[in-house]
Amino acid sequence: MKQGILARNPSVLIFLALLALFTLIVTFGSEAYGAGFVSTSFVKTLGKTLCLCLAALAMDLIWGYAGILSLGHMAFFALGGYLIGMWLMYARTEEIVVAALAQDALPATAEEIRQGIATQIFGVVGSSDLPLVWSFAYSLPIQLALVILVPGLLALIFGWLAFRARVTGVYLSILTQAMTLALALYLFQNDSGLRGNNGLSGLQNLPGLGDVGQDQLSVWFFWTSALALAGAYIVLSGVVGGKFGSVIRAIRDDEARVRFLGYSVESYKLFIFTLTAVICAIAGVLYYPQAGIINPAELAPIASIYLAVWVAIGGRGRLYGAVIGAAFVSLMSSLFTGGRVPAIDLGILRIDWVDWWQVLLGVVFVLVTLFAPKGIGGLFDLALHRRSPDRKGAPLGPEDGSLQEKEALE
Amino acid sequence: MSSILEVSGISVSFDGFRAINNLSFSIGPAELRAIIGPNGAGKSTFMDIVTGKTRPDEGTVTFGERSLNCLRMSEAQIARAGIGRKFQRPTVFEDQTVTENLTLALKASRNPLRVLGWRRKLIDAERIAALAAQVGLADQLARKSGELSHGQKQWLEIGMLLAQEPRVLLVDEPAAGMTLAEREQTTAMLVDMAKTRAVVVVEHDMEFIRRLNCKVTVLHEGSVLAEGSLDHVTMNPAVIDVYLGRG
Ligand SMILES: Nc1ncnc2c1ncn2[C@@H]1O[C@H](COP(=O)(O)OP(=O)(O)O)[C@@H](O)[C@H]1O
Ligand SMILES: [Mg+2]
Repeated sequence: MKQGILARNPSVLIFLALLALFTLIVTFGSEAYGAGFVSTSFVKTLGKTLCLCLAALAMDLIWGYAGILSLGHMAFFALGGYLIGMWLMYARTEEIVVAALAQDALPATAEEIRQGIATQIFGVVGSSDLPLVWSFAYSLPIQLALVILVPGLLALIFGWLAFRARVTGVYLSILTQAMTLALALYLFQNDSGLRGNNGLSGLQNLPGLGDVGQDQLSVWFFWTSALALAGAYIVLSGVVGGKFGSVIRAIRDDEARVRFLGYSVESYKLFIFTLTAVICAIAGVLYYPQAGIINPAELAPIASIYLAVWVAIGGRGRLYGAVIGAAFVSLMSSLFTGGRVPAIDLGILRIDWVDWWQVLLGVVFVLVTLFAPKGIGGLFDLALHRRSPDRKGAPLGPEDGSLQEKEALE
Repeated sequence: MSSILEVSGISVSFDGFRAINNLSFSIGPAELRAIIGPNGAGKSTFMDIVTGKTRPDEGTVTFGERSLNCLRMSEAQIARAGIGRKFQRPTVFEDQTVTENLTLALKASRNPLRVLGWRRKLIDAERIAALAAQVGLADQLARKSGELSHGQKQWLEIGMLLAQEPRVLLVDEPAAGMTLAEREQTTAMLVDMAKTRAVVVVEHDMEFIRRLNCKVTVLHEGSVLAEGSLDHVTMNPAVIDVYLGRG
């Protein structure tokens, strides 16, 4: 009777096959390993897109499955980026400082190196001391552990406070936005120890790999991102496919009823909130070395709203929907804002896509919400002739079960 | 006879309105009890208090041999301790199959990590099949419960209650929306369940109560007006006055 996740869920197999094919095409098209028809900067764009897809998977889990509309998950994404960025910047600056001091007659002391690094990194904000939060930036293993621990702990504490107080619905969404905003405002300050609005930069250079070109590095990161996405997809389809998934969907639909079945709804919400926060942080860790720079604008509340928009357009409540939504919208977005789409001249009005893209996206979001609540993923239902009844927005009350509508027709 | 559920002296007010007023109630470990009373008497509120949904302003609720204090427990803890509840309108998870609904209710660890690692074993499948057969849904296992008829949903909910294996069962208007034959079947099932556990049934329908053939508690304005056999309470002038007289 035992069956693997793959056999039970053929969509996982299809997803993995498509992802593998995509990875092969990009690899053999890259400048480093193939024909060169995919430019290095485009490899980076695609790699970053995979990371956004990973974040969208997390968003789908918490919103699409558990029904918690968090508008703060990109804060965890950016937090992951900051934490890995600290090590990247520290270690890279260390290389430069050591090389510079090697010119001197006397060998440099550890303290001199430390001082040099601090001056290099914090000169822009008029400081030459290494802030407390950089205490472990010298160590990759510690900083990698912090990548999980810091966002995980933040989510745990925030979630514990919010869920224990039974904050739900719109109020929870507002609370997550407030958390994101507070974090962004804090990071904008120069004395937060993370270089204020300068953020962290030069993250595309990997310490110790100075002689590996960006063309190669970009493909390596692309591979890692693809691997992370594949792994998360397999794990999460296991999570949502089993009894746990059944519980969280039940919480989404009627949490009071779930309590009377003996499930501690708050624990489940907290678990999902923390798990998805950590997934977002990992996505951020892979994203920012490809972007090369991170600053507090990255955790503006709007970023988290975008995440929700992607999942809504892709189709929530199905993992592949989230991936399709994130990939489709973010690629369209870089196309439109990249200035490559010709402007439309209407005489009185000139539609310049760099400015109008947001408007278009907003309109599409409204249209999808109103007329195609299943998003792009709903197209697969059409193709598979899987139809759900049109309830005109009415809840699934006792008298309007879907088959009854069909029965009424027959 | 020692009681499994002991409610004493509870009161609760909503915005100054006393919905429950110094109410006491107790039931034995294998007893069937019917609660009747006019609309707004506080029957559902009474169930809300016992299941932890509403906190009383005063009074105590204790459960089991070890006299657990229910007022200190969350809804989920009370449910795990063994108090099951069926709501007035059927509340099944419409987007999930009958099997999934029953699996959710099946007695097992409710810990998130244990649930994450839960795999359906043969014994669970058999238990689910047996439960479905018991409530007449054996051939509906793979269907989404939203597709079931109203009566079938009531049955599914009863099946979910059985799956929880509670020691006290609170059933709010079970016969609502059922056909006559279904009502008879429900009565038989409730009587049967009460052989091994405490069952409290809230119902409007006198015929239904008569068939249950058990002790009756009459609620009025948040407190107990009369208690005893159906014939005994229906002859009580106070009861005739407030409830049956209107009827
Ligand atoms: N949450 C609440 N807030 C305010 N009033 C309530 C609330 N719950 C119940 N009531 C009131 O308490 C009284 C008892 O209600 P209820 O227990 O539902 O009655 P029954 O189930 O016996 O018909 C009613 O008058 C109702 O309006
Ligand atoms: Mg009621």
